[in-house]
Amino acid sequence: MDKFQIKNMNLYYDKFHALKDINLNMQENKITAFIGPSGCGKSTLLKSLNRMNDLVEGCKITGDIRLDGEDIYGNMDVNLLRKRVGMVFQKANPFPMSVYDNIAFGPRTHGIKSKKQLDEIVEQSLRDAAIWDELKDRLKKSALGLSGGQQQRLCIARALAVKPEVLLMDEATSALDPISTGKIEELCLKLKKQYTIIMVTHNMQQALRISDYTAFFLLGEMVEYNNTDTIFSSPKNKKTEEYITGRFG
Amino acid sequence: MRINRIKETAMQGVFFLTAITSIAAVVLICIFLFCNGIPAMAEIGFFDFVGGQKWSPTNVPASYGILYMIIGSIYVTAGAVLVGVPIGVLTAVFLARFCPQPIYKFLKPATELLAGIPSIVYGFFGLMVVVPFIREHFGGSGSSLMAASLVLGIMILPTIIGVSESSIRAVPESYYEGALALGATRERSVFKAVFPAAKSGVLAGIVLGIGRAIGETMAVVLIAGNQVQLPESLTDGVRTLTANIVLEMGYATGLHRQALIATAVVLFVFILLITVSMQAIKSRSENRG
Amino acid sequence: MADIRVTSSEDLENIVPINKITFAQRLREYRRKPLSLIMHLIVILAAALSAAALIFLIIYILIKGVPNLTPDLFAWEYNSTNVSCMPAIINTVIITFLTLLISVPLGIGAAIYLAEYAKKGNKIVKVIRAMAETLSGIPSIVYGLFGMLFFVTALGWGYSLLAGAFTLAIMVLPTIMRTTEEALLTVPDSYREGSLGLGAGKLRTIVRVVLPSAVPGILAGIILSVGRIVGETAALIYTAGSATGTAAGVMSSGRSLAIHMYVLANEGLYTNQAWGTAVVLLVLVFGINCLSAFLAKKLGSKK
Repeated sequence: MDKFQIKNMNLYYDKFHALKDINLNMQENKITAFIGPSGCGKSTLLKSLNRMNDLVEGCKITGDIRLDGEDIYGNMDVNLLRKRVGMVFQKANPFPMSVYDNIAFGPRTHGIKSKKQLDEIVEQSLRDAAIWDELKDRLKKSALGLSGGQQQRLCIARALAVKPEVLLMDEATSALDPISTGKIEELCLKLKKQYTIIMVTHNMQQALRISDYTAFFLLGEMVEYNNTDTIFSSPKNKKTEEYITGRFG
Repeated sequence: MRINRIKETAMQGVFFLTAITSIAAVVLICIFLFCNGIPAMAEIGFFDFVGGQKWSPTNVPASYGILYMIIGSIYVTAGAVLVGVPIGVLTAVFLARFCPQPIYKFLKPATELLAGIPSIVYGFFGLMVVVPFIREHFGGSGSSLMAASLVLGIMILPTIIGVSESSIRAVPESYYEGALALGATRERSVFKAVFPAAKSGVLAGIVLGIGRAIGETMAVVLIAGNQVQLPESLTDGVRTLTANIVLEMGYATGLHRQALIATAVVLFVFILLITVSMQAIKSRSENRG
Repeated sequence: MADIRVTSSEDLENIVPINKITFAQRLREYRRKPLSLIMHLIVILAAALSAAALIFLIIYILIKGVPNLTPDLFAWEYNSTNVSCMPAIINTVIITFLTLLISVPLGIGAAIYLAEYAKKGNKIVKVIRAMAETLSGIPSIVYGLFGMLFFVTALGWGYSLLAGAFTLAIMVLPTIMRTTEEALLTVPDSYREGSLGLGAGKLRTIVRVVLPSAVPGILAGIILSVGRIVGETAALIYTAGSATGTAAGVMSSGRSLAIHMYVLANEGLYTNQAWGTAVVLLVLVFGINCLSAFLAKKLGSKK
């Protein structure tokens, strides 16, 4: 089933036409990867899905983006949209507070006050992010003291705590070592049973390893979109082939 | 070559000497204050001085108790904090996070202008506008704790706004984005994710403002009433430590004069405490960051 | 490969973006989160209060003061009928000049030492910085008291412009030190390396290359200090004294403009002239601050 439907979407940063006529449907409980060289617009597209581009001055979007058939730029409350569509950033960004408060930030935002309920959510989110065993004894310690990989998984747990439907991952492993990256990839495979995951990655091996569908972007256009296996084994477009065989990018 | 080397070394020596002027200045200030102030405290008796409720230096026998002025300084400063901190900190939040560019272009220089206004102008304005206003609407003579708190509260605004704004701006944008991405409103993101990260900077601004309020003299002298008493209401007059010095220094002699210098010593100790706590806040935030 | 993603402005005008946040949308969000709306309003209110305080203060002073800017107020001689502030203005100029004469060489020298010579982590540098910080926290009345004890009494100068200037020089020293040091630190190391590489000595490098490029920043700091000197009262009242006329020399007493204003306010006899003097003082201080901001901006744009 299609979770996200993007139709005739264009995006401008002032005069810069950053995304051109994007048409793309993304399926539920799958991992979709966006690949392409730097500056091709893949992160921009990702940020349009939870309206983080609203923060950018001079950003104009046209077209139609739907989540479960609902226009996300229409009458939907942007805060509720972001609750449904969580995001993990390129650089881990835990708040300067305890591990517990980091996870509880989202649920508290959405009105959960009972200590018991929060405790449960914190534990469950940390378990889902496969980091509970490492952190259960330091819930009250500052999150800034964790290692980079732990911080990123904490941020995933924080995103999961608001019970989203979709998880956007913006090059979430690009700043991490191979072991931490492996853990997060493993986690993604586990999470896709419950969530729809859309990820931007520079690492083609990563896309190949874990994604179900891959979209290749170049200079603001979506060149090709298909099953990951198909795209990597028999790309239709020459540019895609050049990119995945490493001839540019 | 030789002459050049001598010149180099000599000038380095000169630069070094200029650099230690500030040490010399602090040492000199301490020597002159303490050498005059401490014997006076000893003669009056430390606790009679700091804890004494009666200040009548011209009576026979004279009494030199500055307790009410210490309390006066604390009250006035607390009043200024009550007025200035909420307005200042929230203005800083506005400037750093919510302010549209055209308004910022006006508001930012405005707060800087506020800092440039001489304290005597604040004092005169307070005397001519705030004091009569309080007299008419709240009773009393108008020269009061309330007048001093209001005017000082405005005077410390620029300090608090400036320091707080820059520390809020120094918070990484990723905190704000992180909170938004969890579905928090802009306001919640600012107050619950960004602001806590700027806390120590904001605190430093408040402490700086307290330092300015407690040391302020000329504005307070004109509007606080200067009675040596424990104020029972906001419309009562108070005398601060600084006011005590400036009011009586002109004619004081002997022990009276030394007692005024001892008053400055007490003030100086307050300021030192503030400077030290400032340093502590700074080093704490540096260790954390 | 050419990147051809630039759109012409005509095309842009035809775009109807879907991500424009309308007022109604925002209001709808606030309906679900009323606390956020309240916080937003409180923040705006606070900013409005800050702005209102300034606007009210300035407009009130201008309205009251400008009509009192009579030629009498600027007569060369002071007497009790014209209450001229001209002598006070002249005294202020002399005090400012003297203060800068003392504090600028000291401050710049100290900053050069801190920025160019001192090694990082040096104990004495830490002490110097701590002392400068302490100095900048000391209230002006304490400076005034010290000036009275040291320059006026111990050195026997009596109430004099010189005693006032020395007192103020210590007071503004940390400001000049700090701004100069900051300006020196913004000078790129490549300038120094270039000069040293040509065989110039360290001293020559500093005087000929580093200092000239730091001039706008240093000037901004000096002018900031001038603003403080002009507005200062408490540190001057018991050092320079409050004699009414133009000081005969640096060893005689004379009131600065701010002191003049204090005396007028305190006596309560000449409120009209006091309002006028307030305007003069405000205009002076604002002009000085604007000049400083302008120079600082110039420095910033050069970077």
